[in-house]
Amino acid sequence: MVKVNLWGSLRSATGGLTEVEVDAKNTGEMLKALAEKYPALDEIIEGGVSVAIDGLIYKEAWFTPIRPDSEVVLMPYMKGG
Amino acid sequence: MSKIHVSTSINGDAVEYLCDPSETLLDVLRNRVGLTGAKEGCGSGDCGACSVELDGRLVCSCLVLAAEAEGKEVSTVEGLADGDKLHILQQKMLEHAALQCGICTPGILVAAKALLEKNPDPTETEVRYWLAGNLCRCTGYDKIIRAVMDAAAEMRGA
Amino acid sequence: MVTEYKEGAAGTEYSKRDFKVVGTRPPRPDGVDKVTGRALFGADLTAPGMLHATILRSPHAHARIVSIDISGALALDGVKAVVTSNDFVKQGSSGNQDTLDNCMARGKVFYDGHAVAAVAAVSVKVANEALKLIKVEYEVLPHVTDVDAGMLDSAPVLHEGRKFRNIPEGNNANVSGYWEFGHGDTDAGFAKADIIVERSFKTAATHQGYIEPHATLATMGPDGRGEIWACTQGHYMVRDMAAAFVGMDTSQLRVTPSEIGGGFGGKTTVYLEPVALALAKKSGRPVKMVMTREEVFRASGPTTSSSTDVKIGMTKDGRITAGQAKLRYQGGAYPNITAMLGAMTAFAAYDLDAVQTLAWNVLTNRPKQAAYRAPGAPMAIYAVESVVDELCQKLDLDPIDVRLMNAAKKGTLSSYGPTFDEIGLVATLEAAKAHPHYAAPLGPNQGRGVSCGFWFNFAGNTSVSMGINEDGTVSVIEGNPDIGGSRASISMMAAEELGIPFDKVRTIVGDTNSIGFNDVTDGSRVTFSVGLATIKAARAAIKNMCGRAAQVWGIDADAVDWVDGAAVPMGHNAGEFPPMTLAEIAKDSAKTGGPIAGHHEVNADGAGVSFGVHLVDVEVDPETGFTEIKRYTVFQDAGKAIHPDYVEGQMQGGAVQGIGWALNEEYIYGEDGKLQNAGFLDYRIPVASDLPMIDAVILEIPNPGHPYGVRGVGETGIVPPLAAVANGVSHAAGVRMTELPMSPPRILAAIDGAK
Repeated sequence: MVKVNLWGSLRSATGGLTEVEVDAKNTGEMLKALAEKYPALDEIIEGGVSVAIDGLIYKEAWFTPIRPDSEVVLMPYMKGG
Repeated sequence: MSKIHVSTSINGDAVEYLCDPSETLLDVLRNRVGLTGAKEGCGSGDCGACSVELDGRLVCSCLVLAAEAEGKEVSTVEGLADGDKLHILQQKMLEHAALQCGICTPGILVAAKALLEKNPDPTETEVRYWLAGNLCRCTGYDKIIRAVMDAAAEMRGA
Repeated sequence: MVTEYKEGAAGTEYSKRDFKVVGTRPPRPDGVDKVTGRALFGADLTAPGMLHATILRSPHAHARIVSIDISGALALDGVKAVVTSNDFVKQGSSGNQDTLDNCMARGKVFYDGHAVAAVAAVSVKVANEALKLIKVEYEVLPHVTDVDAGMLDSAPVLHEGRKFRNIPEGNNANVSGYWEFGHGDTDAGFAKADIIVERSFKTAATHQGYIEPHATLATMGPDGRGEIWACTQGHYMVRDMAAAFVGMDTSQLRVTPSEIGGGFGGKTTVYLEPVALALAKKSGRPVKMVMTREEVFRASGPTTSSSTDVKIGMTKDGRITAGQAKLRYQGGAYPNITAMLGAMTAFAAYDLDAVQTLAWNVLTNRPKQAAYRAPGAPMAIYAVESVVDELCQKLDLDPIDVRLMNAAKKGTLSSYGPTFDEIGLVATLEAAKAHPHYAAPLGPNQGRGVSCGFWFNFAGNTSVSMGINEDGTVSVIEGNPDIGGSRASISMMAAEELGIPFDKVRTIVGDTNSIGFNDVTDGSRVTFSVGLATIKAARAAIKNMCGRAAQVWGIDADAVDWVDGAAVPMGHNAGEFPPMTLAEIAKDSAKTGGPIAGHHEVNADGAGVSFGVHLVDVEVDPETGFTEIKRYTVFQDAGKAIHPDYVEGQMQGGAVQGIGWALNEEYIYGEDGKLQNAGFLDYRIPVASDLPMIDAVILEIPNPGHPYGVRGVGETGIVPPLAAVANGVSHAAGVRMTELPMSPPRILAAIDGAK
C-alpha cells in the first residue's frame, strides 16, 4: 500500500480525506487505483495531474516505481511561461 | 491613387522605388526594397526597433513617409558591417552577449552608431538617455549599455 | 518492466565532473545574423502570390453576436477570402475550444478586441477597407473587468450555463477554478504567534511586452497540405492547434519556427496561425498576418490581475508560526490555472508547520490571459513577502536573518505538497547577506527592499537528434524555439559530452517534420530538458563510435571507453592502440557501418526548483511620488550555469520586467470596459534611462535531476522584484504600499494618507 497526499480541494472527491491509501507499485497503477476507489477523482486524473514521488515531480509517467515508504503527492497539472 | 517615384540612396546604393503617398519608409524598406533588418514593433515611434539614419539623423522609419527619402541618404543596420567585417558596435554586442531574442538589436545598433558619431565619449547616463527610445524587453539593458560603452572606448582608441 | 525505466528516473542523473566547455562564454551561434539584420523573424518572410489578412475586432467588452454579414467585404475588389467562427471545426476538449473561441469569437464577444472575422486581400489596405464592410449586429451586454467585482453575485455572467469542476457552494457563475493547498493547523499556529499581520494587496494585469508582434505566414494547397511559418514558443503546439481547428491531420501540416522576438510565455498559444491557415485554405494563396501593437495589447494575453489577503503570525524572535493566503485572480474570459500556481508558490520559500492557501479564478471581460514568466508566482509572493517585511519592520528584525531562520531547505515539507530535495535558498540568502550591497549606506528618502522568489521549473516532452559528420563536426537538431540563447547552450553541452570544441557543433531548431515531438519552450525547460536529451543523444552516438573503434581494433565494444573526444581501449587492451578521435571514426564511417548519429526522446522529469533573492535600493521623491531604482542585485541558483552570460541575462531581464510591473505597467480599463492604454506610449515598459546596472550573482547548487546539475533559470527572476521594490518603496516613503503598480500618484496618495 502507498499513502497518497492529495491537494486540499480534492477533499470533496474523497469524502473529506487528503491522505488516502491504495495498492500500487508505480504511478500508473496508483492513478488507476485512485480513480477506482474514488470515482470522483477519475475526471480530475483524466484532465491531467502531476505526481511527486519523494520530492520529485513527474508528469504522467506511468512506469515510475513507487516504494511502499515513498512520499507520494498528487498535484495539479502545471504549466509555465 | 497614383504612386510616387522616389530616387534615394540606401546604405550607399542608388535605389529607386514607387510608393503610395501613405506608405512609410519602414514599409518600403521591408516590403519593396527587401531590407527586413529594421523591425516594426509598434508603428507609432515608441519602440525604436525601426531606427534608421536619414541624412545622418536618427529617425523611427515608421514615422517617416517613404516619399520623404527622395534625394536623401538612408542608413540601415544592413549597412553597418563592411563586407564580412563587422562594425565594432556589432562585435561588442556579441562579445558582451548584449542580445537575447535580437528583435531590438538592429534599432539599438543604428541608434548607438548615431550617438557615437555625435558623442564619441558618452557617459553611462548619456548612453542610457540616448537609447531610452529603443525598447528591449529581454536584457534589462545592462549588457547593452556595457557593449556600447566598450565600443565607444575602442573606437576612440582606434 | 518497471526497472527498465529506472535510467529515466529523476534524481539519479547528476555526477560531479570537470567541465571544459560548460561554464565558458563563447559567442552565440545566431549572433551575427542578429547584429546584421539577416535573422528572419515572424514578419520577415514573404511568399510568391501572398495575400495579407487583417482581423475585425469587437468594439464591445461583452456582447452577443446576433448576426455577421460578410457579403459587402467579399464584394470588394481584391478580397480573396473571409472567415468567421463558422469556418473552424468544433473541438473535443474545452481547453482547445476556448483557445479556438479566443482566436475567433463564437456566439459572443467577451472583450474589447475579441476577433470576430478575418479578411484576406491583395494588400493590408484592401483588407482593412473590407473589414469596414462587414456588418456585425451585436446585442450589448453588461460587463465586468475587475477581479473583485467579478466575484460579486451581481456580476454579469460570461459563460451562461457552463459548469466548472470543484467549485464550492457560495461562488458565483464566473468562478471557474478553486484550489486549496497547505498542511498543519493554522489556527493553532496563529495562537502561538506574538504578532500577526494581516493585509490585502492588489496587482494590475501586465503584458509580456515582447517587442515582436505576433506574425505568421500560412499556405495550404487543394491537396490539403499546409505550411506555417510563425513566431512562437512552440511550433508543435501551433501545428496541433491549427490542424485541429481547420480539421486536418497533423502530418499534413508542417510548421517552421521563425526567430522569435521575445515571448516570456505570451507566445505559448495561438492567435493568428489557425486564422491564416483557414484563409489560405479558402483562398488557395499564401496568407500573411501581422498584429499591430494595439492588437497585441488588446487581444493577446496579458497576465492576470490579482487581489490577495495574507495573514502571517510570528514569534518575537522571528519564527513564523503560521501563514495563510486567499488569492483571487482574473485572467480574462476563459478558465486558467494561474491562481492555482499562485497558491502553490506563495509560501514556497518557507519551512512552515502550518500553512494554508486558497485560490479562486474569476472570469472577466478581458483578453484571455497567457502565461507570463513564472505565471501566478510574482503576485502571490509579492503579497507574502510584503507581510514578512512588515513583520520584520515591526519586530525590528533583519529581513534576511528572518528569512534564513524560516527558509525552506532539503527535507522541508513544501507549502504545495512534496518534500524538497537539494535546494539553494539558504545559500542564496547567505550570498545576499554577505554582499557589499546589503551593507551599503542609504541616503535620504531611500529605502532597501529584500524579497525571495521561487519557481518550480518544468521539463516535459523533448526530442533531440544529432549527426556526426565525416569531417568530424556535429549537427544537432532540437525542436524548441531559441528564446534566450539556447542554441549556444545546447551546442556547448553537445561539445562537452562529445569532447570536441564548441565551434565544431552547430545546433538548429528544426521544423515539425525534422524530429519527434517537443513541448513548447516554457517553464524554463529548454536548457534543462533539451540539454538532458542532447547529452543522452551524444551518449548514444558515443556508444556507436566506441563500437566502431572496437571493430577496427578487433576487441570487445565493452573494452572501449570515450575520453576527451576519442575512443580509448581499456582494461587489458589499455595502451595497445592509440586513441581514435571522433574525426577519425567519422571519416571512415561509410566503411565501418554507415552514418553515425545519436538521438534521444524523453518526457523529462526532475527539473529542479529554483530560488532567487533580490536586493534593491530605491529613492522616492516625496514631492512627486516618483521612484528611482538606485541599485539592484539579483542572486539566483542556476544549478549549473552552462553559458553564464545568458544566465545573467535571464536574471537581469526578469528583474527589469518585475521592476516595470512594480512601478509602471498596468492594463487600464474605462467604465466602458475598453482598454485605454493599448500602446507603448501609455503602457510604459522600463527604458534604459529608468535603470541602473543590474548586478547578477549566480549560485550553483547542482540539480540532482540533470547530468550537469542544470536548473531552469528563465522565470524565477521576475518573481522577487515586485515585493523587493514594494518593500524598498515602503521604507523610503514611510508607508506600506499595498497596490501595484506604485505609480507616482499612488505613492503620493499613500504618503498624504499617512500624514
